[in-house]
Amino acid sequence: MSLPRSRVAVTGLGTVNPLGGDVRTSWDNALAGVSTARTLNNDWKEQYGLSVDFACQVGIDPLEHLARPEAKKLDPSGQYSLIAAREAWSDAGTPEVDGDRLAVVVGTGIGGLWTTLDQWDIVRDKGARRVNPFTVPMLMANSSSAHIEIEIGARAGAHTPVSACASGAEAVALGFDMIRQGRADVVVVGGTEACVHPLPLAGFANLRALSKRVDDPEHASRPYDTDRDGFVLGEGAAILVLESEEHAKARGARVYGYVAGRGMASDAHHISAPSTEGQARAIRESVADAGVEAADVVHVNAHGTSTPLGDIGELEAVSQALNGVTDQLVVTSTKSMTGHLLGGAGALESVFSVLAAHHRVVPPTINIENLDPETPLRIAQGETAELPSGDIAVLNNAFGFGGHDVAVLFTNA
Amino acid sequence: MASTENEILEGLAEIVNEETGVATEDVKLDKSFTDDLDIDSISMMTIVVNAEEKFDVRIPDEEVKNLVTVGDAVKYIEGAQS
Repeated sequence: MSLPRSRVAVTGLGTVNPLGGDVRTSWDNALAGVSTARTLNNDWKEQYGLSVDFACQVGIDPLEHLARPEAKKLDPSGQYSLIAAREAWSDAGTPEVDGDRLAVVVGTGIGGLWTTLDQWDIVRDKGARRVNPFTVPMLMANSSSAHIEIEIGARAGAHTPVSACASGAEAVALGFDMIRQGRADVVVVGGTEACVHPLPLAGFANLRALSKRVDDPEHASRPYDTDRDGFVLGEGAAILVLESEEHAKARGARVYGYVAGRGMASDAHHISAPSTEGQARAIRESVADAGVEAADVVHVNAHGTSTPLGDIGELEAVSQALNGVTDQLVVTSTKSMTGHLLGGAGALESVFSVLAAHHRVVPPTINIENLDPETPLRIAQGETAELPSGDIAVLNNAFGFGGHDVAVLFTNA
Repeated sequence: MASTENEILEGLAEIVNEETGVATEDVKLDKSFTDDLDIDSISMMTIVVNAEEKFDVRIPDEEVKNLVTVGDAVKYIEGAQS
C-alpha cells in the first residue's frame, strides 16, 4: 500500500553516543574522524574469559544530565534516550503541540538488558525480596518510548519497533508514516541501546560477528578495508523530531531537512545472514516513495558494519536499486567511528544523514588502509566529502538480524 | 547492633533522598510519606526494601500501610531491631 507522497520536516535532533553527549559534539567529532573504540576499563576478560574486550562506549555520565531518583528508575538505555529526547525537543524549540496530535516512536534492539541481568543477580544472590520494584518498567523494551511520551505529553500513540539493528531506522520510517496517515502532526522518533555487557559481547563474539582486533581496538571498525573482520559494539541513543510541513511552517520552525521516502522489506531468508535482494527492494521502495530520481541520491550513510560479507553486499544492493546511476554518489559508514549501536544505529545514522544534507558534507569512513577492490562505489575514505548544491537526496540504510531491511531517504531543506 | 532513633532517622532520610530526591532535612518524624513528601506506593516499596537491608530488619507488606509518617517507620524499625 502506498501512502500519499508528502515530505515531513526534521525540526529537532538529539543524541548520546560514543562520539559525544550532544549533537554538536558528535557531529564535530564525526567530521574530524575520531575513533571511539577502546579496551574496556574492567576485568571482564579475566573474570569471564571474554575473547573480545573492547567496544565504543558513551563518554558522558547520565547522572550529570538526570536527577538521581529519575536516573535510578531508568535502565541505561532509557537514560540515554531520555537525555537525547530532551535535547531534540529543546532543539525543536519546545513546540506547543496538541497532545492528541503528538506521538512517539522509539525503537530498541534488546531493551533493558542491564536491568534484567542486574536484577537476576539480586534475586539469585539475595532473594526475591530485594528485587527493585521498578524492575519491570525499567527492563521493558517500550520503556524509552513510554518515558518520552509521558515527558512531552504525547497522546496520539507511543510505539516501539523491535527489529534488531533496523529498529532505529524503522522508528523514523514509522513516524514518517504516522504523519502521512494523519495520525499525528509531530512525532518524536529514534532508537536506543545499552548493551556493552559481557553477555552480548560473548554472544556476538561466538557468532563470529565481532572484530577480534583486541590489540588495536581503535582501528578495529574498518568498513570496506580488505582486513575488516567484524563489527565493534557501540551504545547510545538518537532522537529526531519529525513534523508535518504545515505544522513546522505555521510555527516558523527551523527545518534541517525532510524525510521524503522510506522503504521497508523483509528477506524471508535467514535469521542472521543479510540478503542483498531484500536490501535492494527496500532502497528501491524508498526512492520511489520519495519520487526522486536515482541521480538525485548523492550520499548513502551505509549500514556498513565492517563485516566481510555484509559491507560489499549492501553496496551492491545500493547500486542495483539505483540502476547503476551512482556517478555522484558518496558512501560513508560512520560505524567506523561510533561502533554499532544496534537498535540505536539507524537513528544516529539518520541524524548524521540529515546533517550531511543540511551542511552538504559527508563524514569520513576511517580506518581504511587498503580499500577492498570489490568496493563498487566511491567511499569518503579517510576524509570528508562535499555534497553538491541544489536539491539532493541522502539515503540511510539499516538492516537487522531476522532480515529486516529499512531505507530512509532524506532531502535538504 | 540496634541503632538509636536519631541514627534510624538519619539513615532513613538518606534512603528517601536517594530514591526520591526529597531533601534529607525535609524527612522529619511528623512528615507523612504520601501527603507531605509526595512519595508514591512503588517508591515506598523501594524505601522499605532499602531500609530492611540497611537496618537488618524485616518490614512485612501488611505493616507498610501502617507506616504513615516517618516517625511510624522509625518506631517500627527501632522495635524490630530490639
